[in-house]
Amino acid sequence: MSTLVIAEHDNASLKAATLNAVTAAQALGADIDVLVAGANCGAAADEAAKIAGVGKVLVADNAAYEHQLAENVSLLVAEVGGAYDNIVAPATSNGKNTMPRVAALLDVAQISDIISVESADTFKRPIYAGNVIATVQSSDAKKVITVRTTAFDAAPAEGGSAAVEAVGAAHDAGISSFVGEEVAVSDRPELTSASIVISGGRGMQNGENFTLLEAVADKLGAAIGASRAAVDAGFVPNDMQVGQTGKIVAPDLYIAVGISGAIQHLAGMKDSKVIVAINKDEDAPIFQVADYGLVADLFEALPELSSSL
Amino acid sequence: MKVLVAVKRVVDYNVKVRAKADGSDVDLNNVKMAINPFCEIAVEEAVRLKEAGVATEVVAVSIGDKSCQEQIRTALALGADRGIQVETEGSVEPLVVAKLLKGVVEKEQPQLVILGKQSIDGDNNQTGQMLGALTGMAQGTFASEVAVDGDKVNVTREIDGGLQTVGLNLPAIVTTDLRLNEPRYASLPNIMKAKKKPLDVFTPADLGVEVTSHLTTLKVEPPAERQAGIKVESVADLVDKLKNEAKVI
Repeated sequence: MSTLVIAEHDNASLKAATLNAVTAAQALGADIDVLVAGANCGAAADEAAKIAGVGKVLVADNAAYEHQLAENVSLLVAEVGGAYDNIVAPATSNGKNTMPRVAALLDVAQISDIISVESADTFKRPIYAGNVIATVQSSDAKKVITVRTTAFDAAPAEGGSAAVEAVGAAHDAGISSFVGEEVAVSDRPELTSASIVISGGRGMQNGENFTLLEAVADKLGAAIGASRAAVDAGFVPNDMQVGQTGKIVAPDLYIAVGISGAIQHLAGMKDSKVIVAINKDEDAPIFQVADYGLVADLFEALPELSSSL
Repeated sequence: MKVLVAVKRVVDYNVKVRAKADGSDVDLNNVKMAINPFCEIAVEEAVRLKEAGVATEVVAVSIGDKSCQEQIRTALALGADRGIQVETEGSVEPLVVAKLLKGVVEKEQPQLVILGKQSIDGDNNQTGQMLGALTGMAQGTFASEVAVDGDKVNVTREIDGGLQTVGLNLPAIVTTDLRLNEPRYASLPNIMKAKKKPLDVFTPADLGVEVTSHLTTLKVEPPAERQAGIKVESVADLVDKLKNEAKVI
């Protein structure tokens, strides 16, 4: 048995999501290799080689893979993955974009967003916005899996010394190209891996008021998130959305401010260790999942909170 | 340019779904059904392309038993020109849905196929990408903007770090994210008109597809419930609890 983990990286460095995927892969009980597909991605490959428990790091370094275009990367993964029993990727936007294409090329099902490995062919995954957990068994000889990163601990980033090997033909499907991107640059921790997250909802009233959250976040070293309502209203960009179809987070502390608590939002944060809700509506559903609820006007509570930290 | 839009019948997004007591399945008895919200956005985008003179015809397809004709009629009321139902029974896995859609693509030869990025029942997020692999088409997933330009389409995508724009050769596949558009409400006259629009029914065999199953659901269960928490009186009280009781700051 062998498992291929698809690395999440930005060519220059490895992303933490890879470490969670490695832990999920270990639960499958097979030898683990990691595939790093990118361009000038040697540094990311070297980092992958240090992950504890990794046998080999396969590197496909080609301009066709620079921006993770699914049309190209899926051809590579289907080729390299042909020799493996399992192909595992984190359920990041890259993993979600590429892996179903890989599964279809291999004519197998994909098991999306697993939260536990029950055995080599049986997995748990949330459905219906996490209102129900399904246990599913795959009858495919080869399994294509994406992993909910918050459900698995990170594998140690140091301690391994895997060999690094170049692999794979240069697959350029020639049907898609990278045009550009707008990526938010922030000194704050990444939303999906931060140990503290503070999120704002419709109650924030506008984008400028998010500075109130920033003041608290700076004191706590927290990442800032938002509900769908706040993103739809244009207060903040889409990459801050926490929820069923946004980012899934499970920090040690999640502070929901001015968020009512729609089931779609709860789906993205209810596995947090401690949940705090600040809302002036004492009947808001968010209080039903909060460990500590504060019924208060956020415009008074937030400045007080930041000055008392 | 012809646009094909896929729509799925799912539980209404306001319904809190529960597992049956015996854990065999979710309980969908007497539950309100609706068009999947992401599919509704897909229909809206196709109709806007037609209104802008980019698309000439919008065809809505759904896969399911006869009841999914209701969602096809919804799409027709929103402005799609005609419908196709592929008749299946029970739940059909994304890979099979993608194969059936490939069959429809071969019949219809659309230049653009628009789908929701995921359905809010299975939360799989697979079908559009799988259809891309099976047809060899390029894909713009999680789209927040779609701009057709000659024989290409530029798709702006919602990704983990922000937004990414890709250029795709046509024919291509687009899967919708929440910010692509805000779907209109169907007017009563349009709902009446939709009843008269053509709707063809095919079987999987007509499309040369065998309905197979790769996954078995062994059990469904509720997630671990969170303990009910407490209300604190003040910010000072909250900070004290977080420091000394929860020990998270």
